[in-house]
Amino acid sequence: MSRLAWQQATVTAIRPETPRVKTFVLALPAFTPHLAGQHYDLRLTAEDGYQAERSYSIASPPEQTGEIELTVEFIDEGEVSGYLFEGVAVGDALTVRGPIGGYFVWRGAPGAPPLLLVGGGSGVVPLMAMLRHRQRVGWREPTLLLLVVRTPEDVIYQAELTALALSDPTFQLVLSYTRQAPPGWAGYQHRPDAALVAEVLARLPPTPQCFVCGPTGLVETVANALQASGLPPSDILTERFGPTGR
Amino acid sequence: MADSFFNRGFRPKRSSPHQLPPGQYETTDFPVLTAGPTPRIALSHWEFRIEGLVETPVKWSWEEFNKLPMQDFNPDIHCVTKWSKFNTHWRGVSVDTLLEHAQLKPEAQFVTEFSYGGYTTNLPLADVLGGKAFVGVQFEGEPLTPEHGGPARLVVPHLYFWKSAKWVQGLRFTAQDEPGFWERAGYSMRGDPWKEQRYLDDDEEAGSGALRL
Repeated sequence: MSRLAWQQATVTAIRPETPRVKTFVLALPAFTPHLAGQHYDLRLTAEDGYQAERSYSIASPPEQTGEIELTVEFIDEGEVSGYLFEGVAVGDALTVRGPIGGYFVWRGAPGAPPLLLVGGGSGVVPLMAMLRHRQRVGWREPTLLLLVVRTPEDVIYQAELTALALSDPTFQLVLSYTRQAPPGWAGYQHRPDAALVAEVLARLPPTPQCFVCGPTGLVETVANALQASGLPPSDILTERFGPTGR
Repeated sequence: MADSFFNRGFRPKRSSPHQLPPGQYETTDFPVLTAGPTPRIALSHWEFRIEGLVETPVKWSWEEFNKLPMQDFNPDIHCVTKWSKFNTHWRGVSVDTLLEHAQLKPEAQFVTEFSYGGYTTNLPLADVLGGKAFVGVQFEGEPLTPEHGGPARLVVPHLYFWKSAKWVQGLRFTAQDEPGFWERAGYSMRGDPWKEQRYLDDDEEAGSGALRL
């Protein structure tokens, strides 16, 4: 069987993450260990044969074998996300193929440079796979996640990220709320700009490898600021989703 | 997998008056998909080169390039990330026009597009000849923005859009098919959306069970 053949996965759990985001745990008949940052394609087929495909980042680490977790954001009028949210229950079959992508991946090699992760909204999903992989392999170089969200209820994986930041002194979690911050919030409350990027860079030893994932505007701003700060473009890896890129 | 499988209760929500390649949906936006930061190239330093298996390698400055005969193109474009955008409006110089200045050697069978910022993508020679490919400098009547590949990008609309290099710096003609940036990461060497050649394993000549990523 070809490595990227379609296979029928079984939904074994569905976890709400935020009001607009759910994680689907899929048991795979043919599991291939992925790299943190890779994605799967998911294909829906209607009874009349019509098909729709989308790509979703893997949230689980490769060490979690036999299954993958896909974290999906509900998109208004979203043909595929709408069905996943309303039409799929535990025990259902979903057609997927992967893992796919060899660029926006982090291997966690010993001696790899410090890690700067920047996620906007559901852009945190592939970064979470990197953090989970990092935990599983015991990689302890300084790592910082800058997570940009609209409101407190939009923080995906909040409990896990908070616990990680408390238990691992080599991991820093920095949040910025662009629309509404929690009561008493003293941290960032705006979209990332060059000053914010400079501040998070200053919290890491030189020279980090950077993974930036989110909406186009955020990725453009952050990647340009990182480049302007003197980081080589080859150390700035990006994944953008456009206005309707899903 | 049984061919009769379908997802119970799944019905199309999107409809398009256009014929879509398999697995694609229509968008009216123009999403940006790029690996890495957006390069900014000053027009005073910009140049476009034709090199490799040609009789006379050529190099144009921005000013010289813009004196070449331009044409209007109105292609449909298809991105491997599943969106398709119909009836876009471009202005640019066809690859056929560029090659009149360089003349291909008979050994040339493939082409690598190379870009400012280091991006490359490869395709068979036939896919850039006969009016099928051009270097676009205007999009919807305006100079092409850096986010979408400006000042100039290749446009090869009959293939998935990663085969249309942004910030293109030149074309290198080769005898062998040399995998580019995404192709080395497991994407198709040809990328025909109508055959859904997204990944290497989708290519007609691809062996089975190969581990290529």
